[in-house]
Amino acid sequence: MTDLTAAGASRPVDATRDHYMVLTRRKRMYGGILIVIFIVLMASGFRLADARNAGGFWDGIHMFFDFPSEVVAEAWEKRANLPELFWQFVPSLIETLNIAAVSTLLGALVAMVVSLLSTRGLARFPRLIPVFRRMMDGMRAIPEIVIALILIFLLGGGPVPAMIAIAFHTGGALGKLFSEVAENADLKPVEGLRSVGATWFQQMYLGVLPQVAPNWLSYGLMRFEINIRASAILGFVGSGGIGYDLKIAMQWGTGRYDEVVAIFLLLFATIVIVDQTSSHYRNRLVRGH
Amino acid sequence: MTATDTGTDGLSATRAEVGRLFARKRMMAFGLPALVLAYLVYVFFAFDIPGLAGRAKLDNAVILVSDFVSYKTHVSRDNRDGRITYAIEGENKGTYPEGMIPGFVTETGESVLIDLGEGHRVAYAGTAATYDHPDFGPIVLDLVDGRVALDTGGQAVPDWINASNTRVTITTDRGRMSMTRNRTETFVYSYGWELFFFTLDSPFHGKSFGELAGLALSGERIDPARSNFASMVGDFWNNAMWRHKDVVWAIFETILMAFLGTMGAALVALPLAFLAAANFTPVRSLRFATRRVFDFVRGVDGLIWTIILSRAFGPGPLTGSLAILITDSGSFGKLFSEALENVDEKQVEGLKSTGANSVQRARFGVLPQLVPVLLSQVLYFLESNTRSATVIGAIVGGGIGLMLTQAIITQKDWEEVTYYIVLIVVMVMLMDTVSGWLRGRLIKGKA
Repeated sequence: MTDLTAAGASRPVDATRDHYMVLTRRKRMYGGILIVIFIVLMASGFRLADARNAGGFWDGIHMFFDFPSEVVAEAWEKRANLPELFWQFVPSLIETLNIAAVSTLLGALVAMVVSLLSTRGLARFPRLIPVFRRMMDGMRAIPEIVIALILIFLLGGGPVPAMIAIAFHTGGALGKLFSEVAENADLKPVEGLRSVGATWFQQMYLGVLPQVAPNWLSYGLMRFEINIRASAILGFVGSGGIGYDLKIAMQWGTGRYDEVVAIFLLLFATIVIVDQTSSHYRNRLVRGH
Repeated sequence: MTATDTGTDGLSATRAEVGRLFARKRMMAFGLPALVLAYLVYVFFAFDIPGLAGRAKLDNAVILVSDFVSYKTHVSRDNRDGRITYAIEGENKGTYPEGMIPGFVTETGESVLIDLGEGHRVAYAGTAATYDHPDFGPIVLDLVDGRVALDTGGQAVPDWINASNTRVTITTDRGRMSMTRNRTETFVYSYGWELFFFTLDSPFHGKSFGELAGLALSGERIDPARSNFASMVGDFWNNAMWRHKDVVWAIFETILMAFLGTMGAALVALPLAFLAAANFTPVRSLRFATRRVFDFVRGVDGLIWTIILSRAFGPGPLTGSLAILITDSGSFGKLFSEALENVDEKQVEGLKSTGANSVQRARFGVLPQLVPVLLSQVLYFLESNTRSATVIGAIVGGGIGLMLTQAIITQKDWEEVTYYIVLIVVMVMLMDTVSGWLRGRLIKGKA
């Protein structure tokens, strides 16, 4: 730079400016091409999806509010039933919440161990780090529904298949996040503990855990929010909890729409309350106070 | 940290404070695990885990594992007209065409000899059938006056033979034979996934890889209209047993759902996020309303949107995309508006000083700061939505999720289930890699 200005001539400046303009133009062209490709992909994708759908988009769009209004109308007629129905579905709601909570806990326990084992500088067996990493990738990649459906075949219905399926996935997903946090942990406490002869477990429990606990807890809470949704969906596809009740009520169709509305409202309220509470606590955990 | 007095009063107070702090930490260190343990014990009984052992179906596990690695061929004789058919898994599309028999069978006139391996043999001769067990000796079954007669050569009937007047079933570790009045049937187990590449009606069935390569490169045309390589690809693609064509389409549909849903949601959420960000929308009530809309859309949850949408649009990938689109526009709206509130004001002020209007300020002052955050979030969601699209597909009826649930519900095509699972895992890992690579390119490469 100093050389250029020292030369003082206008020609190098012109050349620089031309070069800059060429670069800018090229950048704009690339950007434009990318946007065109993106628009073409989106448009053709929607047309293709529309063509392969049983009912077309334009035929369906005016029916979008038909079903909700039908459901709400029937529920409004029977609104006197709602309080009683709420009580009726509270046990299933608790089951759904339990599935989410236990699978988050178990998944987090697995994730704690595996993430520490796969973090450079902390791992008990440094040579096995790639093995544990691939293991987490695999656990994350298998969708919950796959494990849940197979376990339903083996173990019968109920909450356990969903719990195991979600816990498995949670282990992989949290493991990755946990390990990213643990990578930034200060190694000095660990070295100090090692110098006085602490075992690996003691080093982790006393040296690393206090440092990473706030972030880990915050990720765990976020996962709990996600897992409530997952546990409701898995219930709908096959086992336990309020999702299953919803499926039964939906299959019955007209006549039980008051139940559908009761379940919708319970689920909605739960998700909103848990989201708000957990985001409040997450902010406190990560920002300190 | 706090200014301590030189006096002993301050020191002891500090010491007491430290003591309390330690006591609290100790409480946390032991209390929290104890709480978790107590909760797990409660759930242990709430989920009836002790009763699980009784409900678990171990024989299902055996079926599952054996079906993963092997398949069975049904050799059945219709006892009314004497016709013999060979069918893989007993399915219509796996039936051997006329004049073609499996390798373990020898046909001589009326009689059929089936070699089950390790000295186990089954022979059909007329209505009679003999199971030759190497340790037990021959077991002869025949139809007498419409009933099944069992002759074990004078020995007691062992527990692996299940016999009544109307049906006799012999089950050994090499295979299984049963006879009723209408039908004599033998199941022969073989390792592998049957007919994965070519079905029985294809001329390429049963050929080794070398033979196939030879045919593809230089052999005479089997079908004069097409080259051998083209017919091979065609036969594989249209395989009726494994439906490779449908599977590829289903995977494509799943990725399409994830892509359209995620990108659509980002496009919808971006303008709305400006309305919800405090530094762009001074009107408080408007901000509040937009935020509540985001909360509502997120709170209703994908499951409920999926149900409502599939009522309106019917099953298919469009319904799935729209479900992802609606749910995620809530999440994106929240994330984007938070990112917008963290935007550095200096660049916007600089643009303002040059007389840029609000659209220009947004385009050149805000977007460049926002793009990295936005792109990385979108790519994260794209990856996780590939997984969600599998589940949503199972509910709305589209993509690989539907094929997977259908295969699991039949409870016998476990090799197909394995195949789909492998494909799903590969698909998700691929999306993971691609999105990670793109994140690296777009965000780090540009900065």
